[in-house]
Amino acid sequence: MVVSNFGVTVMVAIPKENWSGKIKEVAFGATDDEGGTRDRKLRLGGETTLPFLAFEGAVSRPAIGMEVIDHLGEDYPQLIIDEVGDVIRDPVAWADACVNIYGADFVCLKLLSTNPEEENISAEDAASLVSTVLKQVKAPLVIQGSGDYEKDSRVFEICGEAAKGEQCLLARAEQDGYKSVAVAATANDHAVVAFSNIDVNIAKQLNIMLTEFGVPPDHIVSDPLMAGVGFGMEYAYSAMERIKLAGLVGDKMLQSPMIADISVAWSAKEAYRIDANLGDERDRAVFWEVATALAALMAGANALILRHPKSVAIIRNVVDELVG
Amino acid sequence: MPMTALDIFKLLPKKNCGECGVPTCLAFAMMLANKQAELTKCPYVSPDVVEQLESSASPPMRTVKVGNIEIGGETELFRHEKKFFNQTAYALIIEDDVDDQRIVERAKKLDAMKYERIGIVSGVDLIGVKAKGDAQRFSDAVTLVNDNSGLPLVLMSEDPEVVESGLKVVSKSKPLIYAGSTNNCASMAKLAKEYACPLALYADDIDELVSLSEVAKSEGIEDIVLDLNLGAKPLRQTLEWLTILRRLSVKKLFRPLGFPVMINLDNGADVETQAIRAAIGTLKYTSLIIFKDLDPARLYPLTTLRTNIYTDPQALIQVNPGLYEIGKPNRNSPVIVTSNFSLTYFTVASDIEASKVPAHLLVVDTEGLSVMTAFAADKFTPEKIAETLTEYKVADKVDHRKLIIPGMIAMLKMKLEELTGWEVIVGVKDSSALPKYLKELSNG
Ligand code: B12
Ligand code: SF4
Repeated sequence: MVVSNFGVTVMVAIPKENWSGKIKEVAFGATDDEGGTRDRKLRLGGETTLPFLAFEGAVSRPAIGMEVIDHLGEDYPQLIIDEVGDVIRDPVAWADACVNIYGADFVCLKLLSTNPEEENISAEDAASLVSTVLKQVKAPLVIQGSGDYEKDSRVFEICGEAAKGEQCLLARAEQDGYKSVAVAATANDHAVVAFSNIDVNIAKQLNIMLTEFGVPPDHIVSDPLMAGVGFGMEYAYSAMERIKLAGLVGDKMLQSPMIADISVAWSAKEAYRIDANLGDERDRAVFWEVATALAALMAGANALILRHPKSVAIIRNVVDELVG
Repeated sequence: MPMTALDIFKLLPKKNCGECGVPTCLAFAMMLANKQAELTKCPYVSPDVVEQLESSASPPMRTVKVGNIEIGGETELFRHEKKFFNQTAYALIIEDDVDDQRIVERAKKLDAMKYERIGIVSGVDLIGVKAKGDAQRFSDAVTLVNDNSGLPLVLMSEDPEVVESGLKVVSKSKPLIYAGSTNNCASMAKLAKEYACPLALYADDIDELVSLSEVAKSEGIEDIVLDLNLGAKPLRQTLEWLTILRRLSVKKLFRPLGFPVMINLDNGADVETQAIRAAIGTLKYTSLIIFKDLDPARLYPLTTLRTNIYTDPQALIQVNPGLYEIGKPNRNSPVIVTSNFSLTYFTVASDIEASKVPAHLLVVDTEGLSVMTAFAADKFTPEKIAETLTEYKVADKVDHRKLIIPGMIAMLKMKLEELTGWEVIVGVKDSSALPKYLKELSNG
């Protein structure tokens, strides 16, 4: 009850939701007390309310990662190459810069050169890169395949073993090709990134299949596919929001923490095309990525994979302010 | 939550006198529930009941018009539940303590900060004229801004006299008065009433904001915008309050706060910080944002984000299928195939334009899906393309028999050649490479 200066009497009860569900907490990265060699351990998820609403529940701090690609394609944005410099041609040095210069919490190593239609390097070669990165860079690691099912199953088998005990995330398991990833993960105590396509039902279905196949629920991270601002972001935003809400009201098969690959922001050429009307393209590109990341955060992402070093710094500040 | 006939009946005088035109109070209640009668027809309802019934009929959040721009009127917490209705309006500030020339230049500049993207024009929506001195100066500045831009205004001053000097100039175009606060609420409300303009209410604290809203209401003001000083609060609190305010209006139907919410970012923050807060505000529940300043490099992504969030989740934005002319194509110009998803169509069309090679653009009905999505959903099939080619009589319009398809659907080539007898050329994957590609094609 409030009596105001004007003598008007009103009541303002702050509306709080009492969510019955809780987002699962997935451990990402093993330190030496657990037999790993990571210098930190991230916990994805664990919240009991919508993003950052500390007034009504437990919130979780989203982890901020950066992408490292083992072989840059021709269309990789020049703005990033200019910003990161020569180390971008050396995945180990690049990963090191991500963590030790730009302050990323984790690295997402994308093994694109294993793609049979491109470089087609062997799973063994990929695994030796994984080992070197793990040796040189002590932050938790996402190991991502090329997306070619057949090749990926071999890549995950060998790389998963090479990274045994480090509690990596293996990305990604899809509806029609999840088994080999799941096996590689459970055998070596990694978690699985379950990839669905902006579709709540498929996200759920995949979680059910993975769980039935024997992957522990706290070893699954969902990737419902982020889309960049201007490039389908609204679909991704609503899918993620729906997944988070369903988890909070108690759907056990939609309670995995979510990871969002923000590098998709760069699929919109207008983000960095040179055009004086649209302002400085370097600022625009960074803000495009930042805006995409903010959308993912507001929709409930628990981990982000960023591309531009400047957006890492900006998003870190925002997360600090939001988590408090 | 509309009331049922029975709910209404309980509130009526139950005299069954028939003066309202129907024989019984119950019959009258039923007509009211169906919006077939006006409550004023019954001479015996008490003022209390009138208010109760009126407020139950009004929407949870009022739609407020500033100039020709509508804000508020939201009914949901999440866009997937239905949609968000009136997109966040962006206002940029002009201060009145600079010389006239600069005011004119800035007004023109802000007016021009608009971008066309996939057929939608979006940019700065309003100008906030901010008083730094006396009434005379403010009124001059308002006149200058008004004469040099078509945008509706926000009149920014704590002094009712100063605001009134501006209202005298532009009240016809319904500017927003910013703002009534504890110190001046009653006089600002009187101005809002007299000039029939919307009024923003500013308070640092929720209870205070509620009382201001009650004061404004008692002065007969209905068009209110709420400012809980969220532009200056720590980001975390800003997000919490935005959520609380939206819940109070749309879920709790808490009338004193059933109005659009605004954020004023004129508090010394740099452009980047303003843009970040604005992005969060646009995603979460803010109807109006006032910026001290903003550059196109941030405004353009922001307006794109805003368009995304405010699209109707139930409706794919699409263009009509058909044969479109880009430039002035002739009988030898290339024929290019694409999907009818708006984003795809406008992206491809503008890339063709950039090539300066005129072309026929054959837009296939993919039910509003992008090339890749439509392909994955079996809606961009060789049969469909062949059908579209016949339907729009492309063979009558060109002398050659060559079709360029998106690089992403290269696998359709053979089947499509078989079905049409046309030579199918697989284009580049990303249409941003089209300018180069088309130039090369037309040169050799
Ligand atoms: C938003 C989105 C959706 C939205 C739909 C939005 C829409 N209106 O289309 C929704 C959520 C509905 C959706 C659904 C699905 N999607 Co989807 N979706 C996307 C996403 C994120 C963006 C698509 C987009 O907007 N692209 C922008 C437009 C402009 O691209 P475009 O039309 O391809 O045009 C470009 C090029 O093709 C080229 N181009 C176009 N025309 C022409 C013409 C010529 C001559 C040339 C040379 C070039 C050219 O230039 C354009 C600009 O670069 C993409 C991933 C991504 N980031 O691309 C996945 C993606 C397209 N979807 C995919 C899939 C699989 C699906 C589903 C089948 C998933 C499912 N299992 O349900 C469904 C199918 C839809 C259905 N059943 O109704 C896959 C396709 C995989 C594949 N290789 O086939 C993608 C690539 C995601 C992925 N990585 O897996 N999707
Ligand atoms: S006029 Fe009023 S009191 Fe008389 S019947 Fe109609 S509703 Fe009832």
